[in-house]
Amino acid sequence: MTAQWTALVALLVVTTVLGLVWRSAQGRVRATAPSGDDDADARWTDELAAQGVAPGERVTFLQLSAEVCSACRSTARTLGSLAAEEPGVVHLEIDVDDRPDLVRRAQVHRTPTVLVLDGTGAEVARASGGMTPARAREALGSVEAAPVPGRTA
Amino acid sequence: MSLETSSPPRIDPRGPRVGAGITAVLLAVVVLLGPTTSALVLLTVVALSFVPGAVRGPQATWQGWLFRTLIRPRLAPPEELEDVRPPRFAQTVGLVVTGVGVVAGWAGALAVLPWAAGLAFVAAALNATVGLCLGCELYLLGRRLRRAPS
Repeated sequence: MTAQWTALVALLVVTTVLGLVWRSAQGRVRATAPSGDDDADARWTDELAAQGVAPGERVTFLQLSAEVCSACRSTARTLGSLAAEEPGVVHLEIDVDDRPDLVRRAQVHRTPTVLVLDGTGAEVARASGGMTPARAREALGSVEAAPVPGRTA
Repeated sequence: MSLETSSPPRIDPRGPRVGAGITAVLLAVVVLLGPTTSALVLLTVVALSFVPGAVRGPQATWQGWLFRTLIRPRLAPPEELEDVRPPRFAQTVGLVVTGVGVVAGWAGALAVLPWAAGLAFVAAALNATVGLCLGCELYLLGRRLRRAPS
């Protein structure tokens, strides 16, 4: 019986560690490493144009979602209301089932993943997992703090 | 009753988490029972409980019934309802993990029981405590695996 209790305690420790790590990683905004200047792959203007969406002057949140993902719903509501109340902010949600090519191109492994695009459609940051309103504001701040791309001037 | 309507049902999101908590307690008991026949019987009960959840959603399980009759009447109405598809996917994952343990157990490999129960315990406990969304983590991985033999 001692071995079984040890196993259960080990499981509780593993669960606690995983839970804390997972929760703190939800929607964390990570700056995207700048890929060489004028790299066409880092720009999403073609995709936005194909969707008939003009990039937001300040930021575009390109959200990749799945239908079996509950955090995608809350994230879409959070970003949607931020886009509604802030000028120059655009939110676009895409279903990964419709666009496996986008999943590969953006190298997305989890849903929701939000690509944070600047005014030129270049990715400056991304966040995976459910986003709280605070994290969404942080993402907005990250794009405004990012250096202006030199080559586009 | 149609199986797949254009708009899937929406449920109280607290129900699946309470159900996951109940399931986690049962799985902890399975771990404590070790590689025994009684552990096999209890894990079989847990696995069978996932079947209605995987087909219709967690509201169709006995854990969902307990939540509706005993707990929900004492709570304020939920702020919003949740699409049934994410928790239904989680129930399917639970059925697969515990089902592997049950099949192995009835085939004589009782040593598999604590492993299957332990893995399912971690998933159920994470769902109950921090609301881990299995569909968010596993869906793209599963789709990639399905496409792998191209």
